[in-house]
Amino acid sequence: MQFGISKHGNYTVLSLSGEIDLNQSPEARKQILQCLKRGEDLLVDLSAVDYIDSSGVASLVEGFQTARAQMLKFALVGVSASAMQVLQLSRLDSVFTLYETLDDVE
Amino acid sequence: MKKLERIHFIARADRLAPVRQFVRELARQQGCCEENLEHLVMAINEACMNVIQHAYRGDENGEVVIEFWKADDELTIKIIDFAEYADLESIKSRDLDDVRPGGLGVHLIHQVMDYVEYKHQPDMNGNVLELRKQLGVDRQCTAGDRGQE
Repeated sequence: MQFGISKHGNYTVLSLSGEIDLNQSPEARKQILQCLKRGEDLLVDLSAVDYIDSSGVASLVEGFQTARAQMLKFALVGVSASAMQVLQLSRLDSVFTLYETLDDVE
Repeated sequence: MKKLERIHFIARADRLAPVRQFVRELARQQGCCEENLEHLVMAINEACMNVIQHAYRGDENGEVVIEFWKADDELTIKIIDFAEYADLESIKSRDLDDVRPGGLGVHLIHQVMDYVEYKHQPDMNGNVLELRKQLGVDRQCTAGDRGQE
């Protein structure tokens, strides 16, 4: 897994790519929580994620819950087909705020 | 039922990517449609994760064996560990309305496989998860749906 951080308006954008599995999800979790710890509204871009398992999804859920507790915005952008399938099977596609592209972010 | 392959690996998270790649190649060799291929990869990855995290509890000396069997269009996968007996009654899906990190693996496995059975190894320490899935070889696949040879 690789990651990059950029800005989009008032949001920080954490772009994850590659495979987010049990071996890589601790790094994804760390990056998500670090952004939120800085008090930043966060968009997690999953458009280049080839594979995500339940441990990766758990990192996203933890980010979602941490952001909500801190009254920060948290959304997923460009969720790849592979990642969307896992979210749908976990019934989390209706829990997260989802945007197709950064241009769709309100 | 014909045995296709038997692989083994040590119970470490960094071994999961090669296992997923192996499953993809095996499923493609068997003519599996792309949708079912991804379901197989998902279920086997989640099952191996559970062995690493819960059966061996992070003990990297643990061994995991995966056997692949085939009868007609059905693939049977046996994921075998040599850890202490698991409490089979405790292995179940959780309430998805309770949104919290973790605990989704068993739910995902049941969602994408046709048959799921957890059992103890009969003559030694260890557990076996048996999964079955129709490969969909005879199904009319859409263009690009069938896995690449």
